[in-house]
Amino acid sequence: MARTVTPQKKILNTALSWTLAIIIFFPIFWILVLSFKTEGDAIRTPIEVLTSTWTLESYSIVQERSDYLKHFTNSIIIALGSTVLGIIIGVPAAWSMAFVPSKRTRGILMWMLSTKMLPAVGVLYPIYLIFIELGILDSRTGLVVILMLMNLPIIIWMLYTYFREIPAEILEAARMDGASLTSEILYVLTPMAVPGIASTLLLNIILAWNEAFWTLNLTAAKAAPLTAFIASYSSPEGLFFAKLSAASVMAITPILIMGWFSQKQLVRGLTFGAVK
Amino acid sequence: MSTKHSRSLARIMIAPAVFALLVWMLIPLSMTVYFSFKKYLPLRGGDLGWVGFENYSRFLSSSSFWPAVGTTIFIVGSVLVITVILGILIALLLDQPIWGQGIVRIMIIAPFFIMPTVSGLIWKNMFMDPTNGFLAHLWRAVGAEPIQWLSHASVASLVTIISWQWLPFATLILLTAIQSLDSEQIEAAEMDGAKPIGRFFFIILPHLARAITVVILIQTIFLLSIFAEIFVTTAGAFGTKTLTYLIFQRVLESQNVGLGSAGGVYAIILANIVAIFLMRIVGKNLDN
Amino acid sequence: MQLKKLVVAAASVTLLSSSLASADTLTIATVNNGEMIRMQGLTDDFTAETGHTVEWVTLEENVLRQRVTTDITTKGGAFDIMTIGMYETPIWGKNGWLVPLDDLSAGYDADDILPAMAGGLSYDGTLFAAPFYGESSMIMYRTDLMEKAGLSMPEAPSWSFIAKAAREMTDRDNDINGICLRGKAGWGEGGAFITAMSNSFGARWFDKNWNAQFDTREWSDTLNFFYNMMSDAGPAGFATNGFNENLSLFQQGKCGMWIDATVAASFVTNPKDSTVADSVGFALAPDNGMGVRSNWLWAWALAIPAGTQKEEAAKQFIEWATSNGYIELVAANEGWANVPPGARTSLYENANYKDIPFAKMTLESILTADPNNSTVDESPYVGIQFAAIPEFAGIATDVSQEFSAAYAGQQSIAEALAKAQALTNDAMEAAGYR
Repeated sequence: MARTVTPQKKILNTALSWTLAIIIFFPIFWILVLSFKTEGDAIRTPIEVLTSTWTLESYSIVQERSDYLKHFTNSIIIALGSTVLGIIIGVPAAWSMAFVPSKRTRGILMWMLSTKMLPAVGVLYPIYLIFIELGILDSRTGLVVILMLMNLPIIIWMLYTYFREIPAEILEAARMDGASLTSEILYVLTPMAVPGIASTLLLNIILAWNEAFWTLNLTAAKAAPLTAFIASYSSPEGLFFAKLSAASVMAITPILIMGWFSQKQLVRGLTFGAVK
Repeated sequence: MSTKHSRSLARIMIAPAVFALLVWMLIPLSMTVYFSFKKYLPLRGGDLGWVGFENYSRFLSSSSFWPAVGTTIFIVGSVLVITVILGILIALLLDQPIWGQGIVRIMIIAPFFIMPTVSGLIWKNMFMDPTNGFLAHLWRAVGAEPIQWLSHASVASLVTIISWQWLPFATLILLTAIQSLDSEQIEAAEMDGAKPIGRFFFIILPHLARAITVVILIQTIFLLSIFAEIFVTTAGAFGTKTLTYLIFQRVLESQNVGLGSAGGVYAIILANIVAIFLMRIVGKNLDN
Repeated sequence: MQLKKLVVAAASVTLLSSSLASADTLTIATVNNGEMIRMQGLTDDFTAETGHTVEWVTLEENVLRQRVTTDITTKGGAFDIMTIGMYETPIWGKNGWLVPLDDLSAGYDADDILPAMAGGLSYDGTLFAAPFYGESSMIMYRTDLMEKAGLSMPEAPSWSFIAKAAREMTDRDNDINGICLRGKAGWGEGGAFITAMSNSFGARWFDKNWNAQFDTREWSDTLNFFYNMMSDAGPAGFATNGFNENLSLFQQGKCGMWIDATVAASFVTNPKDSTVADSVGFALAPDNGMGVRSNWLWAWALAIPAGTQKEEAAKQFIEWATSNGYIELVAANEGWANVPPGARTSLYENANYKDIPFAKMTLESILTADPNNSTVDESPYVGIQFAAIPEFAGIATDVSQEFSAAYAGQQSIAEALAKAQALTNDAMEAAGYR
């Protein structure tokens, strides 16, 4: 929606936008700065912080103390695994709700969403006991399943709202041409749904990556992702701003970069049917 | 197009999702309900028998219950108001032609990617710490006494942290909605001599209604169960105990699973009241 | 489940046949304190000695507690060794959840463990966790500021002296607070401090019938004394200061006195981190002339959950980490000031350790703390800064939150005490004590 505005107005808008953006982004920028400082410098006044020497000390301490790569790999597997599994289960469900709606469709959808409101803490003991029984405590499989279930309602809803925007006439036309259901899904629906699926995928990777209750409470050494890595730097004895900053930067950078690079795809489907 | 064949096929296709969620919901839920009628103290031998509705009445009569409900509603409500209003304003601004739009956008959406634990820790330590935090340094630089954010303005601080995390989400959805607005409509309104404010209230805002409801719905679902932000910042002190946090305290700190489970059932009831309430308003908006 | 049983059976058979030769991987849950991080760095020495490897799960204290408690009560078996404290050990030991440590090897010299520590980590005379390090609390003060105020610190001061000295030493213009104490909510933070302090004022948590005692004058005296002293001479925002915040304030030279864990002594006298390292003095925690001092007793200890299949390897690790050999290893690497303190008698007889400035006062503080007689009036519980009953952690967290809200000025002391009284009685009733 490119409209022409007066240069003055453009300057004003630019200045305003940049101010806002800098304020919002500042906390992230600041931990990035602190992560390259010594512990002693990290607690000084902002000007002293900026003028003090830069060092990689905190990163090397963090790297020495914990196995970042292990936590990182676990985070990737858990986030990707749960999302892909969720989409495999979610696509058919969303498809059938979008194209063969019945009286119960809305009820089912709302019920699915309501399962997300179950407070996780309340069911920690039951889930823990089930995990022990199934022998999947501290396993990536267990977390993939739990996080898939956590996010499935969101996945289905996102896909559903996206699929609904695909005009049914196209499918009918395909069917008239004698396309089978499989080819209908494969050749007609899927290409149209790719943006929606992509953005669902991205959003749910973010949600799964950042989930901190189950990933912390159901893991020990083997399956612990980056949330557990952070928990070992959160409030130790002595000064810790620099180390905490370094650990935080290491934990958020992968997802931040992914988010930035794919923001167009993410935004395209992130409307939950908000835009018609 | 809903032939018998496609109907039964649809049912088969939806079955795995429904089944998975049913299991996910029913097993923990039924176990929660089961525990809520028991005196279940893991540190004192576990299951100590049935107690009827004792846990329910005790949880309800505890002096922390109503304040916790109040805090929950207050936090969720404030975050919604802040993110929606700021989100609309930022979206309107970003919709205008500016220099460096791409970078501005990247900076504004960044908080959405940060783990709740990390953002809680960043704000608590590097910003709100009354001695070494950035804000304390800033306050001192202008000669003011640093504010004890997390004790003297605890709820406001939490609302700030949570709003910071959710503002990008609201902004993105609202921005997409604004951009979908037909520019011809606006131009037509401009021709008619509509003032910018009038344009906003009569054209843009009604167009955004749907997007706003979606933002409210999704955020409410997530905000009702916020936990990490409170856990790492105030740990429930200074009036920041939400219902979720109260349940956490009963189950894990007091090790009273029965009492906590009763709390869990209340939380589910509260969530469903909110959900029904939301569906009433939101559902209509989404269907047409 | 059939398959699982088969695997377990197979595993136990192999375990039996090769329990001596096999190399295990131990999963150890621990807290992110400096001593434990140092131990993590030295793990290679253990692996070289025994062939067993170690996977560390290092967590922040609150997360660790939540994590290990869930695992032990459900018999989850996620950890082979857990780092727990003096509060958990007797309760878990009583429930039969821990492996008794009564058959440690002769070379380990279990009798060398300080009796106060061994006592606090035992149930019914059996040791259930081996102390990695132990602590009491004491006064750490700035000798230069004390001198400047024209005062001299007695070895065993009273609360009235401390309050007077705190007010004299306070110099708001130079950002110096006379005294820094814990006000942070949480049973292990401000809750622990105020409970230990209240003991010296003649207060207690429960009477013999488990009735809460917050409506007594002793508690009101304790809280008012604390609040008034901290308002006059404490740092701004003391309601959110815990161990770590005060440590950092003290290291930056912003506190005249600090009453806290004896292990902090090695941090405040370490010139690398502390700007006041060469002017720190030590004294016993204050009293009120009622026969009980305000110092606590605590140990971070290693315990083995019952049911682990790696019991032998776990015991080997505990013997390694809590032995005199480990102390010598740390001394060789980092110097004697940095060895884990407060666990072994022989450390305090060691000629190398005698010169450490805080060694004597640490030992004396530990020796004057008696968990079995912690209150002036008789109480039904064991423990100084806690009551060793399963419900305590939950109740004390709630209570300390009310106290912290009063410190922050959100409610009066009387209101906080009234709420504490009500919620404690309520919780004790729920647990079936009353």
